[in-house]
Amino acid sequence: MMFQGKIWKLGDDIDTDLIIPARFLNVSEASELARNCFADLRPEFASSVRPGDVIVAGGNFGCGSSREHAPLAIKASGVSLIIARSFARIFYRNAFNIGLPLLESPEAPKELAEGDEVRVNLAAGSIERIDDSRQFASSPVPDFMAEIIKAGGLVPYTIERIRKGEAV
Amino acid sequence: MPMTITEKILAEHAARKTVSPGDLIQVKVDMALANDITAPIAIKVFNEIGRETVFDRDAVALVADHFVPNKDIASAQQVKFVREFARRHDITHYYEGGDVGIEHVILPEKGLVLPGQVVIGADSHTCTYGALGAFSTGVGSTDLGVIMATGEIWLKVPPTIRVNIEGTPSPLVGGKDIILHLIGMIGVEGARYATLEFGGETVRRMPMYQRLTMANMAIEAGGKNGIFEPDDITRAFVDERSETGAIYRMSDADARYERVVTIDAASLEPQVAFPHSPANVRNLSECGDVTLDQVFIGSCTNGSLEDLRDAASVLKGKRAARGLRLIIIPGSPKIYREAVREGIVETLLDANAVIGPPCCGPCLGGHMGILAAGERALATTNRNFVGRMGHPESEVYLSNPFVAAASAVLGKIGGPGEL
Repeated sequence: MMFQGKIWKLGDDIDTDLIIPARFLNVSEASELARNCFADLRPEFASSVRPGDVIVAGGNFGCGSSREHAPLAIKASGVSLIIARSFARIFYRNAFNIGLPLLESPEAPKELAEGDEVRVNLAAGSIERIDDSRQFASSPVPDFMAEIIKAGGLVPYTIERIRKGEAV
Repeated sequence: MPMTITEKILAEHAARKTVSPGDLIQVKVDMALANDITAPIAIKVFNEIGRETVFDRDAVALVADHFVPNKDIASAQQVKFVREFARRHDITHYYEGGDVGIEHVILPEKGLVLPGQVVIGADSHTCTYGALGAFSTGVGSTDLGVIMATGEIWLKVPPTIRVNIEGTPSPLVGGKDIILHLIGMIGVEGARYATLEFGGETVRRMPMYQRLTMANMAIEAGGKNGIFEPDDITRAFVDERSETGAIYRMSDADARYERVVTIDAASLEPQVAFPHSPANVRNLSECGDVTLDQVFIGSCTNGSLEDLRDAASVLKGKRAARGLRLIIIPGSPKIYREAVREGIVETLLDANAVIGPPCCGPCLGGHMGILAAGERALATTNRNFVGRMGHPESEVYLSNPFVAAASAVLGKIGGPGEL
């Protein structure tokens, strides 16, 4: 899978309250959640994010609450994938479960800047800055997570398991 | 092969003899939990999967505790959606109205989570039940929807960090201070993807409500679960609430740990986490002059009867400082009732506290007790991120109930010794 987009650069420990504050959790429709994505941290995000854009962040992205509303809001806003030094574990599960891919890279968050345009090959885990063709490595997506993404998320993956008689 | 308590419970639920950190396993779930915020999405996922019935109507708990009593039309719609699902599937453990308390308070209280079980909840503080010697962890709504359909979840076996706590803490220092101190030591990423296994002599004497507080905050260090090996205190707690189903597992003496951390509880002061991270911890004596607009005592972290007793012991015969809003929320209807019977509620009302109905309250800034720009609150809750309790320019500090109660009287952060 290939993605290309402009970078939104965020810092370390971006918690789910920053991604979608609790006052917006009285609804669960992804499109409505997207309207308030990063409402306090980057108020301009919801109106200026473009389909395909990429979030690049530091360590522990998505820490805090288990609200799936966070990756749902990001995905529905059009973001194609998130690159971070590391991800909090519930966010990591949630993102892959809903079909939003994540890449872990120690180097890319240090070097990439807001507004840079990148091309990403998810299977190879390669990240390329369009401007200077500079490449950044990332940890390959584990096979199991890649399978879930390929299926389109945990729901279609589970439906298939049930069909094949693998789930009780 | 020697295993930790977490590895043993996971192996048993994956029908395997042994598991090792990093193994990807399919695990049977004993109890699945969701609340009024996370259940609606989980229900949509369940419906999409297309199963006629949930995997076990006795093994699903749906607790409307976050935005209740319904705070607005949108919240009311969400709870209505959950209620209709609970009725349609005849869910045994559906709670709202006068039956509702905070999910992580009422599940242990009612004996619905037991030692040796695997408990998965669509709420990050599901890790609370590790206090009982269960494996419990938080997930998102899609995972929960899949569990409701299949009774299973995929998990990666976590490595374990052993935390040994030694020494007798001072009377004003308890589980909350120890866990805040630990998070300050190892950081909000310090236990990312890992198990925090609590042991040592201090733990063996630690009452259950404090163990629940500690396990509850394992997630604030990024932990997958926090766990205590069961002992006589666990057995006494469980025997009062459930007749069967508990399986008591211990870590093997030669179990492998990724890291061992030791905490000297005897030398600890009460701890306070400053904005905007639970790892930004200071000793109470080093807090300086922090004036407060609001104090909140409650939440899944410190909403127990013992926590209310601690607060009342400080507030007895005193009043919250002029202009300071003191909000106190018992964790469950049972705790509320007992607090009335013991005269705690009267003591708190005399101290000018507002007593809220059992629910999550202002903890997550969605309902009841929201902060304005520039306001400061001290809370017995678990996280103090930017905007957690209201306006993004407000501030939240975290402490134990003794310090919270004393600070309410002082109008600034301080301990009972300053009253």
